[in-house]
Order: sequence, then C-alpha cells, then structure tokens
Amino acid sequence: MADDMILSEAVRHERPDPVETERKMSAVGVSVWYGEKKAIDQVSIDVGRENVTAFIGPSGCGKSTFLRTLNRMNDTIPNARVAGRIELDGEDIYGPDMDVVQLRARVGMVFQKPNPFPKSIYENVAYGPRIHGLAAARADLDEIVERSLQRAGLWEEVRDRLQESGTALSGGQQQRLCIARAIAVDPEVILMDEPCSALDPIATAKIEELIHELRGRYAIVIVTHNMQQAARVSQRTAFFHLGELIEYGETSEIFTNPKVERTKDYITGRYG
Amino acid sequence: MATTGHTLKAFDEDLEQLRASIAEMGGLAEAAISNSMRALVERDAGTAQTVVEDDKKLDALEAEVETRAVQIIALRAPMADDLRDVVAALKIAGLVERMGDYAKNIAKRVPAIEQSPNLRPLSLLPEMARIVADMVRMALDAFVARDPVAAGQVCARDRAVDDFYNSIFRTLLTFMMEDPQNITPATHLLFVAKNLERIGDHATNVAEMVYFAASGSRLGEREKGADTTVGG
Ligand SMILES: Nc1ncnc2c1ncn2[C@@H]1O[C@H](COP(=O)(O)OP(=O)(O)O)[C@@H](O)[C@H]1O
Ligand SMILES: [Mg+2]
Repeated sequence: MADDMILSEAVRHERPDPVETERKMSAVGVSVWYGEKKAIDQVSIDVGRENVTAFIGPSGCGKSTFLRTLNRMNDTIPNARVAGRIELDGEDIYGPDMDVVQLRARVGMVFQKPNPFPKSIYENVAYGPRIHGLAAARADLDEIVERSLQRAGLWEEVRDRLQESGTALSGGQQQRLCIARAIAVDPEVILMDEPCSALDPIATAKIEELIHELRGRYAIVIVTHNMQQAARVSQRTAFFHLGELIEYGETSEIFTNPKVERTKDYITGRYG
Repeated sequence: MATTGHTLKAFDEDLEQLRASIAEMGGLAEAAISNSMRALVERDAGTAQTVVEDDKKLDALEAEVETRAVQIIALRAPMADDLRDVVAALKIAGLVERMGDYAKNIAKRVPAIEQSPNLRPLSLLPEMARIVADMVRMALDAFVARDPVAAGQVCARDRAVDDFYNSIFRTLLTFMMEDPQNITPATHLLFVAKNLERIGDHATNVAEMVYFAASGSRLGEREKGADTTVGG
C-alpha cells in the first residue's frame, strides 16, 4: 500500500516529525460507489496522530466522499456503498462490533456551512456530552462547555451570552461553535470539510490559528479547495484526482517539489 | 517544463518576462567579460571605460528582476517548479550582477597595466576568459531551457578555470621574484585572474540554481566541483 504513495524525505518542524508520528487512522484499498458510479477508487492512506492532513484536488474529485468514509457518514447517504478497510487505532470501523454513534463521537466532523442547532450557545455544546453521558452533574457539563468553547477560541466572545441562540453569532463564530461542539464529546479525530469556504479572510485566519492550536491534541483531516490554506495549516497533503489518490506526502514537499506531473499541474494552476 | 501553460495566461507572461530579463543580463555579463579582456590585451582604455559604463545596465536589470519576482510571489503565489523558478531567478540575477562587477574591476585595471612591459602570462588570461564567458553563456542558456543536464556540464568546467588560475598564479609569482619592477603589474594581472576565477564560481552557482529549479533537488558535492584554487 505504501508503494503507491510518495513518501518524501523528512524535513524539520517544531512538532514531532509528521512522517514519524504514530498512525491514527488507516485506509486500505477503499472504494466508494454512488449507485453504479465509482466516486473513490482504491484509496490507501494513513492519517498521523499528531498531524493536520489536508485533502486537495479539483471539485468533484471525491475529497468529501473519502472524508466521509472516515466516520461512516456515507452510511447516511442512500445508494452509497463503501468497500475496503478503514482502521481507527487498528480497529476496523466498518466491523460488526463498531458502534456508529460512538464512532462519530471519536471521529467528529465540521462541515462547510456552519450548522449550529437553533438552540442556545450553551445547548449547542452541551448536547453531545449529554447524550453520550459524559457529564454526571450540571457542574460537569458547565465545565465541559467552558473548556470546549475555550479550546475553540470562542469562550471570551460568548461567556456572557451563553443563553443566546447559536444562530445569532457571526459566520466565523458559528464555525468555531461547531468546532466546540465537535470537541465537547472528546474526539480523537476531527474531520473538517472546507470549514472556511463560507468565511471572510479574518474569520478564516482565526479558524486556521485554531487548527494550529488543536494540532497534537486531535488528529485533524481537512478538505480544502484553497491550496494556500492546505499549505498553511497541514503537515501532510494528499492530492486527489478523479476519485484516485495521486500523491501523498509532506506538505512542504508537495508544494515545492511534487513528484507526480498531475499534482504539479494542479498546484501550479495548469490544470484543465 | 510543464507541457501546458497556466490557466491564467498573465502568469505565463510574467514568468516569460522574468526569464527574458535574466537572459538579457547574461548577455551583458558575457559581453563585459570579453570586452574587458579585449581592452586589457589591446591596451584600449576607451573600451575599458565602456565596460565600466555598461555595468550600470546590469545593476538596473537586477533591480528590475527583483521587483518582478517579488510581484510574482505576492500576486501569483507561485507553487512547485514555478516557485523554484522565481527563487532561482532572484538569486541568479544577483550572481550575474556580481559577475558584471568583476568584469568592471578588470576593466578598471586596464589604465594601470597600459604602461607596463608585456608580461607573458597575459597570453593565458584571454584563454581563461573565453572559458569563463562560455560558462556564463551555458549557465544562462540552461536556465532559459530549464535544462539540468546542461547545468551540470557548466559545473564540470569550473575545474579547468581553477587550473588556469593556479598556473597563472605560479607564473606571476616567478615574475615577481625575477624583478621587483614586475610586482605592481603582476599584482594587477593576478587580480584579473582572480576576478575571472570568481566569475567562474558564480557561473557554477548559477548552474546549481538552474539544476535546483529544473529538477527540485540539489547537485551533489561531487558534481559541484569543489574549490581547487591555491591561495584562496
Ligand atoms: N450523494 C451523492 N449521490 C450521488 N453522487 C454523489 C453524491 N455525492 C457526491 N457524488 C458524486 O461523487 C463525486 C465526488 O464528489 P465529492 O466527494 O463531493 O467531491 P469533492 O468533495 O472533491 O468536490 C462527484 O462526481 C459527485 O457528483
Ligand atoms: Mg467536497
């Protein structure tokens, strides 16, 4: 499986070397169909525990589809079919013993459009821990809510108005609220599907800074159509094209010296 | 080089202009080397003065390349081979500008040497200058063609330049020992040889940048041609 991946030489980073970080998730020969149409073709890839991993590629190449296989979100799409093996800490997430609700708490997801519940800021964050039974008492719940909002970089902005509706926040704040919501159930992996595409540059910068801070605590996988963003936030980058994984390697290598012609054409703007 | 152009055509034009400016600089540097040598051999102070004057064009072109490169980085956010190209262009412009300075320095010595008796190693200098000018042309051609193989060949020739320098150095030393009157003109000629040797080094550095831009990796120490000159 490592054969068809381009593993490039190690370069220095302030945190553990992305090549050497322990693998958190692992996909082996994963394919996805929508009805008769194959959207992902035999993708094998490892996601590092301490890494931000970016998925890039032209629109429609299957980034979101593949991302959704990592927490079985495709299960909710009628006529979507997944083949291959995906492991979380070595455990088959499509195995018969896997509790999907539990899985989605361990592998959380943040979507393109911020989608807070039409409830209070507090409730948006408290909802997950409550249904997962993570808080025994109200005080515990308060603590989880505060900690999650803090980690999401939102606490200072909302501490005095926790009972206001989540939908009253600005777009960037809503997205950080969604990240707080994902964090609240204490996940191991956070999947983000174009989390900044609806945000202005300042709100985008705040999310990117947040991703940087969350790195190390959670394995993060981010789909982005913005290559500069992939370059800024990730340690490893995977380039997808027409449902295939074309090249996967260190972000610094991919953007300065990609090995595959199709990757180069895409990132230099020669695509199509 | 990628087979297709950028989706954004203006980006291609920017990069083309950058290459054109670098190529123009290379032509000027090459001319400065051969003209300064001709001025030296023919004891022609007028030509020497022209070389000194013309160096301003190289300075101006370097500034132009710098401005363009910074603009491309800021406005186009180049990636991969494009990024390497722009970075290489920046460094190459600086190297070629300094080649011009060395040629100018040779030209400036022409009036001082004009008066002196004809020293024999002078015959070695034009040959050395031809090789060096050749290396400059090859290195710049390799940049324009994005040809890593041609770039490697430039580096291989640096050894010959070092050999020339070493024999000129020894010969001039003998002259100085033979007759103290030779010391001043011989010292000027030694500086001329040293300037040529430095230009050769710079051509090698240009070739190394070309190799990096075109291939994404660096030339190994072995291919680089380590400094083999005596006396630093
Ligand atoms: N729910 C779906 N039903 C049918 N086809 C889909 C569905 N979602 C995505 N596709 C198709 O699968 C391919 C990959 O889509 P997607 O994963 O959304 O790509 P990306 O995120 O890279 O833009 C596209 O051709 C898309 O039309
Ligand atoms: Mg998508």
